[in-house]
Order: sequence, then structure tokens, then C-alpha cells
Amino acid sequence: MISLELLVASAIALLTAAGVYLVLRRRTFPVVLGLAFLSYAINVFLFAMGRLVIDRPPIYDKAAEGYTDPLPQALVLTAIVIAFGMTAFVVVLALRSFLETGVDRVDGTPDAESDR
Amino acid sequence: MNLIVSYWVVASVLLPAVMGAAILLFLRHQLVLSRFASIGSCVMLVVAACVLVNEADGGVIQSYAVGNWRAPFGIVLVLDRLSAMMLLVTAVLALIVMVYAISTGTDRKGWHFHPLFQFQLLGLNGAFLTGDLFNLFVFFEVLLIASYGLMLHGQGAERLKAGVRYVIINLVGSTLFLVGVGLLYGVTGTLNMADLAVRVAAAPPGDHGLIAASALLLTTVFALKAALAPLHFWLPGAYAATTGTVAALFAIMTKVGAYSIIRTNTLIFGDAAGDLAHVAAPWILPAALVTTVIGFVGLFAARGLRDLAAWAVVGSMGTLLCAVSVFTVEAMGPALFYILHSTLAGAALFLVVDLIAKRRAEHGDAITLAPRFRQIELLSGLFFLAAIATVGLPPLSGFVGKLLVLDGVRASSQAVWIWTVILTTTVLGVLAFARAGSTIFWKSAAIEGEITLRSLRGKRGGVAAAGALLLTLAGLTVLAGPVTAYTAAAAQQLFEPAGYIDAVLGPRSGGRR
Repeated sequence: MISLELLVASAIALLTAAGVYLVLRRRTFPVVLGLAFLSYAINVFLFAMGRLVIDRPPIYDKAAEGYTDPLPQALVLTAIVIAFGMTAFVVVLALRSFLETGVDRVDGTPDAESDR
Repeated sequence: MNLIVSYWVVASVLLPAVMGAAILLFLRHQLVLSRFASIGSCVMLVVAACVLVNEADGGVIQSYAVGNWRAPFGIVLVLDRLSAMMLLVTAVLALIVMVYAISTGTDRKGWHFHPLFQFQLLGLNGAFLTGDLFNLFVFFEVLLIASYGLMLHGQGAERLKAGVRYVIINLVGSTLFLVGVGLLYGVTGTLNMADLAVRVAAAPPGDHGLIAASALLLTTVFALKAALAPLHFWLPGAYAATTGTVAALFAIMTKVGAYSIIRTNTLIFGDAAGDLAHVAAPWILPAALVTTVIGFVGLFAARGLRDLAAWAVVGSMGTLLCAVSVFTVEAMGPALFYILHSTLAGAALFLVVDLIAKRRAEHGDAITLAPRFRQIELLSGLFFLAAIATVGLPPLSGFVGKLLVLDGVRASSQAVWIWTVILTTTVLGVLAFARAGSTIFWKSAAIEGEITLRSLRGKRGGVAAAGALLLTLAGLTVLAGPVTAYTAAAAQQLFEPAGYIDAVLGPRSGGRR
């Protein structure tokens, strides 16, 4: 049977694998996508670190029988904001760098004729 | 905590935050006013840091609960000898670099230099003061985001290319940092460093694997910031491509990595952690030895003086982490002294190199023969002093630092390796700097004519700022006695984490451990 834990864990694994693969690419656009995938993976991972609980409130409630951990949710929020800002910055920086140098490769070496 | 002291602690984080925002919002188009505001902020930070060092030297660790939320639920700022010392060296460096930036007009080369500079200081001071692991991540991000802006300041194709790499590698680093923090939270349920220390020490053996993984991940991230081999590749390109002014300020950035390694590996994964004590140390030592060798051998590969200074930073980080990785009180005191020295020496070298490059017109910083340039006598003297300091020859503090490090690691089982590497690389460093210096100053002096410049800004101010950094090195040498006493006491404090834990969580936690 497929459990919630298995689903979340394999989602993190897939996102991380895709992210690592893309980050190691040569051109900036796949690298930026890879960074985005990695940050998605981390967000889900951080969220899961508060344990996976269903139908429990994160803040005080008189009727509640138990709670889910609110802290990872706050951490994820911070991480999302930072990752979002940084992705936007990297996109602009990569674009600027491409327009100014005419090269879209992370290592900055010029394009060979063959890979155009 | 003493109320007055708590104001100073909060001020060293709040002041640059408020000043940065104020300059950005109100003084964007008023260069003179924003310069005054920036210098004023830097001076105030030096004053605050002096007060805090004086306070911390009393030996009592002070913690300030932000928003009065008690630890471990709220975020605390903690002042001990190490953090006070790091605040002081940051503030002194920032003030001198700011004077240099203003007198040479670097701050006019692009937008928002002053706000970015203040935000950089906010991130640095916050990282040194915070007692919360996630908050450390946030301050890392603050200082990194500001550093991206500063690194690209002035722009140009080379800088943009290096900038893209610098940003990407640091983003990957931040991702790993979050994994490490997340793992640790998942196992222990806390992020407060003092509370983590207590819980890691009490963790059931079944959790040790996860905690060790987290410790190694965090150390990897800090090693990336500290340019420890094999994670040093980003540094020479980034530091050589940015302006000399910014590179001088970045001399403190690698030390943030070293600071974080020291803090986490003595407090959280310290002697009390049982099986997990110094779990990263066996990895740091060989990496540090390799870094030292790579850094000093890299000096020979340098085609420009900027590359030379950047490789020297790598080498000095290696030397520093050799001493750190032994993780004994005897070695940590000298390591802390070497942090002070290598920050100031690295920055001085970058400033002197920048002064030289500015005067050589189209020859720039390339280590090639070129006609004489303006102020060549004075600058050759400054370069000589900066090189002596960086390599670690007497009489400047580099010699004292290396001597103390060699003495401090004597009891270690790896002492032979550390001694061999440090002594050999010092000889290599002397050769490399002599080669560069003799090409630029000695052989070039025989060439007819002089390089003429249309205009040269900050002829005196820039030289004075670089000279001031060298003077602080001389001061560090003359006052080596009191300073080493302070660093030894700081090391003592690091290896007795009970004091830190009690200061943060209240004396009762002593019984819980």
C-alpha cells in the first residue's frame, strides 16, 4: 500500500534528482530551473520535518485533540520568500550577463560552433 | 542581561539595517549625505564593538531575547568573547574600506553602494551574534544577497560572468544549509543552538546517524563559505573579478564560514556530544592542509596581482582551518588570533593591489613589465609590507600568528603534517610574492618613461586607508600580548559550552544536562 510518507519522500527524491541534474547543466537557463527544483524539494523536506499529520490545527484551539508543528511551516515560508527572490535575481543576472557578454554558459567560455 | 549592554548588542544589528534602508529611501540621489551617513554608521559600529569587547572580556556570556520571547522559543542574540571580537574586526575593516571607497570614488561607479554596504554589515553582525541556527541561515542570506550586489558593483563583462557563478554556487550552498537545519530540527525539535547542544548530547543512539549527517552537511556549507578545498574554486575568480574595495571587505566573508564552523563544532557537536563530538574534524583537517597547499601554489599561477591576493586568501584560510580542525583550547586561541590577522592582512593586500592597478592605466594589475607609475616608491613599500604580513614573515602579525599556530598544534597527533605544510607553504609564499614584486617594481624601474594618467582620484585618501590597515596589523603585533590573552580566554569559553548554555536557557538547564 502506498503511504503518505512514501509519496512525500519520493516526491522530494524526484525533485532533488531533477534539480541536481539540471544544476550541473552548462547553460544558465537549465541551471536556474534546477535551482528552483532544488528549492521546491527543500520546501517539502522542511515541511515534512515537522512530521506529516492530517487534520490537526497548527495554533491553539480549545477543541483540538492534538497539534501539528507550526515551526516548520514558518521556516518554509521564510525559505520560499528567499528562494523566490533569489530565483528572480538569478534570472535577471543571467539575462544581463548574456546580453552583455553574448555567452549563455555558466563557466563563461564562448559557445563552440557545434553546440549552437 | 545588563540593559545598557543589550542596547549596544541590538544596535550593532539594528543600526546598519536602519541606515541601509534610510540611505536607500531618502538619500538615493545625495551622494555626499549618504557618504556621511555611511561613515557615521561605521564609526558607531566601531564604538559599539569596542564597548561590547570590553563587556565580553568580563567573561560573562550575555544573551538578549529578541521581542522578549524566552529561549528556546524565541530568537536570542548572544554575546561572548568570540562574537564580540568578530564584531570589532568587522567594524574596523568596514570603516577603513568605507573610507577607501569614498576617497577613491568606488561608490560612484554604480548604484546603491552605500545601502548594500550597510546591509552587508547587518548580515555579518547578525551572523556573529545570533544564537539560533535558522536565524544564522537568514543572516547568511542577508549578507549573501548584499554581497551579490556589491560583487557586481561597477559591472563589466568579466564581473558579470564571475557574478553568475558566485551567485549560483552560493544558492546551492544555501539549499544544503536548509537540508542540514531541517534534519537537525526533525531529530531534536529545536533550532536554538544552546538547546541543540543539550539535546544532541542527550540524543538516543538511534538518532546519531541523522545528527552526524546534519553536522557534516552544515560543515560542508560553512566550508563552502570558508573556501575550504575542494570547495574553494569559486573564490579566486570571484574575488579577482570584483573591485578591490569590495574584495577587501570580502576578506571578512570567508571568516564567517570559519566562525560558523568553530561555533557549531564546539557548541552543538562539542565534547559533550559523546560519539558525535567533533564529527566533522577528521574531514576538516586534510581539507585544510590541501587548501593551504593549493592556495600558496596557486600564487604561482596568478597572472595578475588581484589573482595573487585572492589565492593568498585561500592559503590563509587553509592555515587558519588547520589550527581550527585540531579542536583543542591550545590551538583555538592562536586560530582566533590568526582570524584577526588574516582578515586585516587580506584586506590590506587587496587595497594596495587596487591602488597599484589604478596607477598602471592599461597595464592594470597584470604581473608584467611596464614603465614606472605614480607613487611607485610609496606603493612598493606598502606592497612589501602587505606581502610580509600575508606570508607571515617578521615583524608583522602574520609571523606571530603562524608561530602561535605552530605552537598551539604541537600536542596534536597530526602536528607533523601541519608543521610541514605551514612551513613549506610559507617559503612558497615568499617566492611567489618576491617574483611578483620584483617584476612590477624592481625590473620595471629600469624601463624608460612613466605612465601618465588623466586623472587620479583619492591620491592621498586611498593610500592612507591602505596604510591604516597595515597600521592595525602593526598594532596587532605590538599588542600581541593582550590580544592573545583575549583570544586564549575566548577559546577557553568556547570549550566550556555550559556557560553559553546557561546564559541562553537559564541556570536551571545545567541540571538537565
